[in-house]
Amino acid sequence: MRRKFLARRTKGEVVFDIVNTIIMIVICFMMLYPVWYTLVNSLNDGTDAMLGGIYWWPRVFSLDSYKAVFADSKIFRAFGVSFFRTIIGTTVHVFFTSMVAYGLSKKYLMGRKYFMAMGTITLFFSGGLIPTFLLYRSLGLLDRFAVYIIPAMFNFYNLLIFQAFFREIPDALEESAKIDGANDFYIFFKIIIPLSKPVLATIALFTGVYHWNDYFAGVIFINNPDLQPIQTFLYRVIAETTSVQMLQNMPAGIRTTSVTSQTIRLATMIVTTVPVVCVYPFLQKYFVKGMLLGSIKG
Amino acid sequence: MRMQSTASNNVIISPNSKQFFRRLKEQKYLYMMVIPGVIWMIIFNYIPMYGIIIAFKDYNIISSFFEAPWVGFKHFLDFFRDDWFPIIMKNTVGISLLKLIFGFPLPIIFALFLNEIQNSTFKRTVQTISYLPHFLSWVVLGGILITWLSESGMINELLVNMGILDKPVAFLGEPKYFWWIATISDIWKGLGWNSIIYLAAISGVDVELYESAIVDGAGRFRRMWSITLPSISGTIAILFILAVSGLLNSNFDQILVLRNPLNAPSSEVIDIFVYRMGIQSARFSYATAVGLFKSVIALMLLLLANWVTRKLTGKSLF
Repeated sequence: MRRKFLARRTKGEVVFDIVNTIIMIVICFMMLYPVWYTLVNSLNDGTDAMLGGIYWWPRVFSLDSYKAVFADSKIFRAFGVSFFRTIIGTTVHVFFTSMVAYGLSKKYLMGRKYFMAMGTITLFFSGGLIPTFLLYRSLGLLDRFAVYIIPAMFNFYNLLIFQAFFREIPDALEESAKIDGANDFYIFFKIIIPLSKPVLATIALFTGVYHWNDYFAGVIFINNPDLQPIQTFLYRVIAETTSVQMLQNMPAGIRTTSVTSQTIRLATMIVTTVPVVCVYPFLQKYFVKGMLLGSIKG
Repeated sequence: MRMQSTASNNVIISPNSKQFFRRLKEQKYLYMMVIPGVIWMIIFNYIPMYGIIIAFKDYNIISSFFEAPWVGFKHFLDFFRDDWFPIIMKNTVGISLLKLIFGFPLPIIFALFLNEIQNSTFKRTVQTISYLPHFLSWVVLGGILITWLSESGMINELLVNMGILDKPVAFLGEPKYFWWIATISDIWKGLGWNSIIYLAAISGVDVELYESAIVDGAGRFRRMWSITLPSISGTIAILFILAVSGLLNSNFDQILVLRNPLNAPSSEVIDIFVYRMGIQSARFSYATAVGLFKSVIALMLLLLANWVTRKLTGKSLF
C-alpha cells in the first residue's frame, strides 16, 4: 500500500530511512552482543580469558568449560529439575487453566458473574509474600517439587487470554455436537482444544519460559539443594560464588588451568539460555497474538 | 440444546429451587471444569489475602495463627520508625520513577520508528532480535552485568583504555550507580517485548489516513506525531495506568541478583526488605505489614492513575 509512494521519496525521507536503519542495526547489536560476549568467553580457555579483551571471537578456543558443566553432577541435577518442572508445570497449567476458562466462558453458567469477579480481584490484589509462604508451609509444600507445579497451575490473566480466544470459535460447532449428545468434556477435548492450538502454544510458551527462567521459587521455598532448578543454582553461584567448589568437583583430566570459575559460570549461562533462545523465534506469531488478546481484556 | 439456549436467555436466576437444581444438573460438566479453578483461587489467592490479618497480630512460629494476640497498627508504626524506612522508600520510588520516565516512552518510540522501516524482512528480523532479552532470565542477565561491571570487567577495560576513567571502578559496589544500572538493564530487557502491543496497535491504524496525509505533504515525523500517536493513545493510556500502579513493585528478580552489601544503601527496596525480614529473619507479622503497606499504596496509585488518565484523555481501565 505504502510502497507506491516510495517512488517519490524526498531527499529528507531518504536520509530518514538511512538513519532509521542504522539506529535499528545498532539496537539489534545491543540486544545480541551480551549473549555473544558470554558465548565467546565461555568457549575460550579459562586462564587466557582472565586476561580480558575477548570481545568478538575466542582467542584460545576450548570446550573444557562445557565439559566441566556437564561433568558436574549438581549442575546436571539442577538441569533435570528445571526440565521436569518446565514440562510438568507447563502441561498442567495449560490443561487446567484452559479447562476452567472454557467452563467460565459459557455465559449461561450459573454464578459466572461471581466467579469472574473473584478472579478479577486477584489481578489487583494479593496476599503478598509472607502469607503465601506461611500457606505453603502449612500445606507442606516447602521443600517439595510440587511447590513449583501446584501454585503455578492457574492464572486468571491467562484465563482471560484463553477466553478471548474461545469467544472467536463459532457456537455452531458446539451446538451441533450437543445435538449429537456430546457432553461438555467431550466438546472441550475433541472440538475446542484442537481448534485452539495458537492460544495453547502462546500460553505454553509464556508458562514454559516462566518455569525455565524462574529462580525465585527455588530461593524462597526450597532448601534442599537437590531440588533447586538451574536458575536458582546459578543465582547461588553468582551471589555466593561457590564455583570454587565446582572446580574441585571436576574430573582430574580437565582440572587444569583451562577452566576457571568464571568460564564455568558463563558456560552454564549459555546452556540455560540456548533452549529458550532456540524456541521463541518460531513461536513469534503466536505470542504476539497472545499479547494482543491479553491487552484487549487487560 | 434447546434447554441451554432458553437458559441463556433467562439471565435472572429464578428463585424456584426446583428449576435451580434442574439447571445445576444440566450444567454439571461445566461445573466440574470450573469448580476446581474456584477452589484453587480460594486456596492460593484468597487464603493468603485472609492471612494478611497477621499484620495486625503478633504472630510467631510458636503461637498459632488464631491464638496470636492482636496488636493493631504496631507493626506499621514500627516500620515507619525503622531506620530503613526512608531509605527503602526513596529507593523504591526512585528506581521505579526512573524506570517509568525512561522505560515507558522508549518502547513507544521504538515501535514508531520500527514501523517506518519499509523492508518487511528487515523489520521482522529486528523485531525478533529485540525480543531476545525478554527471554533471558534475570539470573543470566545479572551474571553478565556483574561480570561486565566488575573492576576487571569489560566496561572498566573500555573506559580506562579510552581514558575516561583513571582507574577501574567497581560499579556495583558503589551505591551511586545502582539506580541507573537497574533502570538501564530493565529498559534493555523490555524494550522489544513492550513494543509488541504498540506495534500491533499501529498496524491497526487506517492506511487511508496516511495516504491522505502524504497527499497533503506531511513528512515522516508529522505523520508519526499527528496520525500514529493519536491513533494509539488509548493503548498508551491503559499501559500507563498499569505502569503507575506498579510503581512500588520494584523488580524483585532483578534487584535480588544485582544487590550486594556494598550497594545496599541504594538497592534496598520494599520487596527485598519484606524478603529479608520475613523469610530470612522470620519476622512474619512485621514483613506482612510492610507488604500490606505496599499493596495498599499500589491500589491507591492504580485508582489515582485511572482517574487522572480518564480526566485527561477520556480513556481508562475501568
